[in-house]
Amino acid sequence: MAFNIQQAETDVAGAVGAAPAEGAAKKIEGRSPWRLAWERLRHDRAAMISLGVIVFIVLLALLAPIISSHWILNQGPNQQFRGPAPPIGLSPTGQPVGPSSSFWFGTDDQGRSILIRVIYGARISLIVGVAATVVTVAGGLVIGLAAGYFGGIVDTLLARFMDWLLAVPFYLFAISLVSVVLVHPIGPIGPGLPVVIIVLGFFGWAAVGRIVRGQVLSIREKEYIEAARALGAKPFRIMFVDILPNLLAPLIVYATLLIPLNIVGEASLSFLGVGIQDPTADWGKMIADSASLFEYGPWWYLVFPSLALLITTLAFNIFGDGVRDAFDPRGGPFV
Amino acid sequence: MIRFLIRRIAQGIFVMWLMTVTVYLIFFVGPGPSSVARVLAGRNATAQTVAEVAKRLHLNEPWYKQYGNFVWQLLHGNLGYDYYHGQSVNSILAQAFPITLSLVIGASVIWLVIGVLTGVISAVKTRSLWDRSFTGLALFFYSMPSFVLGFLLILLLYYDLTKQGINIFPAPGTWVSFTSNPLQWAHGLILPWITLALVSAATYTRLTRGSMLDVFGEDFIRTARAKGMSENRVIFRHNLRAAMTPIVTQFGLDVGVLIGGAIITETVFSLPGLGYTAVQAIVQQDLPVVIGVTIVASAGVIIANLLVDILYAVVDPRVRVN
Repeated sequence: MAFNIQQAETDVAGAVGAAPAEGAAKKIEGRSPWRLAWERLRHDRAAMISLGVIVFIVLLALLAPIISSHWILNQGPNQQFRGPAPPIGLSPTGQPVGPSSSFWFGTDDQGRSILIRVIYGARISLIVGVAATVVTVAGGLVIGLAAGYFGGIVDTLLARFMDWLLAVPFYLFAISLVSVVLVHPIGPIGPGLPVVIIVLGFFGWAAVGRIVRGQVLSIREKEYIEAARALGAKPFRIMFVDILPNLLAPLIVYATLLIPLNIVGEASLSFLGVGIQDPTADWGKMIADSASLFEYGPWWYLVFPSLALLITTLAFNIFGDGVRDAFDPRGGPFV
Repeated sequence: MIRFLIRRIAQGIFVMWLMTVTVYLIFFVGPGPSSVARVLAGRNATAQTVAEVAKRLHLNEPWYKQYGNFVWQLLHGNLGYDYYHGQSVNSILAQAFPITLSLVIGASVIWLVIGVLTGVISAVKTRSLWDRSFTGLALFFYSMPSFVLGFLLILLLYYDLTKQGINIFPAPGTWVSFTSNPLQWAHGLILPWITLALVSAATYTRLTRGSMLDVFGEDFIRTARAKGMSENRVIFRHNLRAAMTPIVTQFGLDVGVLIGGAIITETVFSLPGLGYTAVQAIVQQDLPVVIGVTIVASAGVIIANLLVDILYAVVDPRVRVN
């Protein structure tokens, strides 16, 4: 027996001693789940390409004023090229002109450069996409945490409210709400960007809230939560310090997939005429405005904003899929 | 089962009541009453005329009184009359509903068939070329806003082909009722159907594929194979049936929402269905019509959810409603 232990000890010692000699490069290190997810994401070619596309669109949006003022012919987003000095953005009969070396994407019915307006439109789409997602996730997180953690009457009321919000016909109510604000600004909430973000957030948070609530219901029964409570932690601390970190990964996945949805939501509201108002350049609005014209020939007025919108949502969706696979290769509660 | 039904229906009625109150509040918090009266009275109307118009439409009364009046009428099966032409809301909805219904029924059949078939093929032949193309296409159409697809179809399949002298596809806004001519009915709706179906089918491809792959690992699939059952039978009778639950849920939700008006598709194709009617009414602040569409729309969602719960038991033998 004693011999065996000694033998084993020498074996272990030998192994420990031998390891560095065999291969110093083979160092075993602990990797956090975040690190693992990032490694997986980095090797996902489709996700990385779409991330590149997203970065490109973000750069275009950020640099829009520089591009429009210092590059190709000094074209502003609302500048009308009615002549007589070239470049002329309207035909003699007042029709939009097609793609040319001066106007790469052609012009619209007011003689404005569609390329520049598409670039400026990216700003609106990205701002709304990100801001509405932040509002949605933050709202859903706080209310879901409260409902799940406190339980009882708080939970019943909040859960019922979420059910009701999810049963609301979204576009019908969104248009009603926004059309009220169009005539009557409520305090600082005026028409255009702010109200679109608020409406998308207001109708979006319940979906997040419901999932968070479900997760919290199971997490709060775990031993370490009980331990925290026994140590005298206050509810606020337990919710945000002990429970929240467990929800971060699924929330990040959900948020990435929510951005393209909100971009489409903004474009749809603008398309219906209750979102972004003239003369701000916006993809949904441009597509709506092209509807009365493209049958007479100006296909570029429809096609370029449509492509911009499609490429953006596609890139975000592919990237979001990659993020989801990276965090949870088997598919989790959020998918 | 009956208690379950009664409880669900009671909940549904409560939700619909909340919706109507909300629409009323939005209307009265907003510009509704004064703007309707002013528009109706005309541009040069005196304050007195505006007040008279408001009085005729009962718009000068407090909102709860008008709401009480509305509920009283509703109990008699009357949704009221629109502010601008005095047309009965019942008849406006009766005209618009068949259009939305036709659009949704046709499109939902197409998207269900396309979505489930491509999903099954993708799941059975995982990581094959088929799988990759179908999941890629699904992501493409999932990312496509319906108004973009609708307009592109109109541009390419209607305007461009018509300019070439090829008249296969009808002009947008063509509507022939099913009862008067089923063939022309279907012909007129082809492009809206394709638009709505392609955009929606993508979700079903992804859902079916994922759900089928989950079920593949289950014991009863191995048992079925071990019994010597043919692979087709395993796939369709056992795997697909067990994988149907999330698909049925999604289908119920989608159809329920669309029944209240496929707002975007109807707007793109100028189809005067419920969604199109609602948008027009909201722009004009025509409260009785907005309320009418809201009631139909929320009823659609509630009934669809109820049907889904009942269907679970039928589709998936592992579930029984209790």
